[in-house]
Amino acid sequence: MTRTWQLAPLTAAGEAALVARLKRGDEAAYEELVRRYGGRLLQVARRYLREEDARDAVQDAFVSAFKAIDRFDGRAQLATWLHRIVVNASLMRLRRPAMQREESLEPLLPRFLDDGHFAAVRRPWPEDAEARLGRAETRRLVRRSIDRLPETYRTVLLLRDIEELDGAETAERLGISPGAVKVRLHRARQALRELLDPILSEGAA
Amino acid sequence: MSDLTCRELADFLLDYLEGELPAAQARTFADHLAACPACESYLDSYRRTVALERQAFADDDCDVPEELVQAILAARRA
Repeated sequence: MTRTWQLAPLTAAGEAALVARLKRGDEAAYEELVRRYGGRLLQVARRYLREEDARDAVQDAFVSAFKAIDRFDGRAQLATWLHRIVVNASLMRLRRPAMQREESLEPLLPRFLDDGHFAAVRRPWPEDAEARLGRAETRRLVRRSIDRLPETYRTVLLLRDIEELDGAETAERLGISPGAVKVRLHRARQALRELLDPILSEGAA
Repeated sequence: MSDLTCRELADFLLDYLEGELPAAQARTFADHLAACPACESYLDSYRRTVALERQAFADDDCDVPEELVQAILAARRA
């Protein structure tokens, strides 16, 4: 798909000017905001939701942003501010009761013998494993593997590791305890490690 | 090797990495890691997993579908 507009990145002054136009209710400024940031926000929403819901979340996010623009004080960058709004809009569309359910991750966790040793031999990942696979392929593999995690784990992993929310904030957004956030984050990372292991340990001694 | 098992190390790895273990336990962890190649490579791959997650979502952008642009602008006017 070709871009209908090629927009140059905004300088700080350009961003301030865009915000001022938004605050004045300039119709073209609304459109510019959507075209500038819509793609990025859609990619964020897609981490949490299927396509149709992701688009709805982006729409919710922009409508909230338009309404709240008068309170935007310029301390954060516009992109950061919008990012937070779309994460919130996406979480609103995730079902809260589902987040509170405990899903089993057992088949994806490392196995141990009765004496506490790893059940399978751990092959180290060669130092150049990511380089040998290639950046694009590694990226695809990691994203596909994250998609395979149960939703309750995937969401915690994304909020903590990708959006970089802290444990307390993540707990509050999901309506679960900080302890549950920590357990889920660790298990999600362990499960993801197991999913990546067959590919990344290839060629190991 | 210390009395810490590989299973315990794997279970408390996040606390260790976040510096939340009491000093004595952290030392037991470090001793076990120094003596256990399986746990050492587990820790290495765990850290790399987190780094790979971040790389997988860096510069995450796409074209915004035209119908979504129009839907958003229509929703604003509604």
